[in-house]
Amino acid sequence: MVDAAVAAAVADAHRREWAFVLAATVRLTRDLDLAEECAQDAFAQALAAWPQSGVPVRPAAWLTTVARRRALDLLRRETVWRRSLPLLIDDDVTPSPEDVVVAEGEIPDDRLRLICTCCHPALAREAQVALTLRLVCGLTTAEVARAFLVTEPTMAARLTRAKKKIGDARIPYRVPPAADLPERIDAVLDVVHLLFTTGHTAPVGADLVRRDLVERSLDLARMLRLLLPADADVAGLLALILLTDARRATRVDADGRLLLLEEQDRTKWDGAEIAEGATLVREALRRRPPGRFALQAAIAAVHAESPSWGDTDWREIAALYDVLAQVWPSPVVALNRAVAIGLAAGPGAGLDALDALADEPQLAGYAYAAAARADFLRRLGRTEEARTSYEEALLLTDNAVEREFLDRRLKQLAERVE
Amino acid sequence: MAEYLILIYGDEKAHEAGGQALWDELMQGHNAFGEKHAQSLRGGNALQPTTTATSVRFQGDRANVTDGPFAETKEALGGYYLVEAKDLDEAISIAKDVPAPHGGLEVRPVMVFD
Repeated sequence: MVDAAVAAAVADAHRREWAFVLAATVRLTRDLDLAEECAQDAFAQALAAWPQSGVPVRPAAWLTTVARRRALDLLRRETVWRRSLPLLIDDDVTPSPEDVVVAEGEIPDDRLRLICTCCHPALAREAQVALTLRLVCGLTTAEVARAFLVTEPTMAARLTRAKKKIGDARIPYRVPPAADLPERIDAVLDVVHLLFTTGHTAPVGADLVRRDLVERSLDLARMLRLLLPADADVAGLLALILLTDARRATRVDADGRLLLLEEQDRTKWDGAEIAEGATLVREALRRRPPGRFALQAAIAAVHAESPSWGDTDWREIAALYDVLAQVWPSPVVALNRAVAIGLAAGPGAGLDALDALADEPQLAGYAYAAAARADFLRRLGRTEEARTSYEEALLLTDNAVEREFLDRRLKQLAERVE
Repeated sequence: MAEYLILIYGDEKAHEAGGQALWDELMQGHNAFGEKHAQSLRGGNALQPTTTATSVRFQGDRANVTDGPFAETKEALGGYYLVEAKDLDEAISIAKDVPAPHGGLEVRPVMVFD
């Protein structure tokens, strides 16, 4: 009998503990596919065993022990040793399978090894993201395919290629040495951030937000925070995700129309996420110089803690963008800085700051740049020029929700002229 | 342990323009690399420039012999090292010491036939 409570407990354990179970099993098998099989088997056994035995106090230890026992059984059959795939490279001294099966309480946390292997710089970015979703988050190949909007066979081939490169090029299953760790963690954070931004504003499709991707990125950021509690960049990214996601309920209205920060109902922002994010921001900003995620999170925190749009401390935001532009220079950061200057010092100053970016080729095709320009012109009462800029922005975006917003602004301009 | 081939790519025009001074500097760099990684080095060679290259392409049964390198690119293959390393991370860390001022490196595992 599989009652609903047990099924829910297994699903919950899958969501929370998959990475732990798989990472510890890979340590034993040194073969990703075999470890995946054994980890999946352990979750299947939990469905069968837990209705009788009850849900264990520490599900991760139970599942890992079962997965590793299964792996050990398979490894003892010689056929498995004769797999054509090369084994993963572990530490200099690889423990024998018997040594790895230790007391349940002493199972080492190997999740950082798993994450660092999935996000190795020798893998293409799309392979890094796909492997992370499959191996660290435990998504099925079909679910990963859906996340990328590709077919399942395409995604299966991509995952196979990536695993083959890990084996053939001997990408090690190891936490990199301290000297390389910051660079490698940067790559991991980039993957998590990419997942979040893809989910937060879906580049394609009818919906603005892809909730599944946002939640996975939040899970990953929390896992990293647990594994690297002293890392300011990890704290910064988790804060950024929390503070941005806190606004999710208010970003579109009941009809799915885009609402600007200015129009959002701040009483519906997620207070718990804001409080947690704000605490993390303060911690992340203590490192000098602050990292880009910490600064972006600090900007989000100013908005999150401001009671209304009118009360927003734009000078503080412009100052944070000044620092961000030095730490992480990019045309989009420069654009946001110009917008903040406009809101701190008036639309005229904002327009001047935007004009200074006129030669930036990357901004020429960017709808948000044209929309920002249109907004300052509208505030200055230069209606005709504002109309031209809104029309330009419309030509540059394909997101249905954003297009609807720009159309609405154009109609408001027309009413103003009458 | 495994073997990796480190392929050295560079801009030949930049090399020519650098003259004797650049040549000396590169030789010094390769000597230093050879000393530092003597334990891992299994072989290596510098190649004559692509102006000396001849390509052979097959069309059905016919072999067409033409003047020039196989692929015309700004950065051409100029030499290689064969190194032994325990994994890709070690191979990359060795590769980072190869002087390649006007180009870069490609690191490829050597296939093993059992």
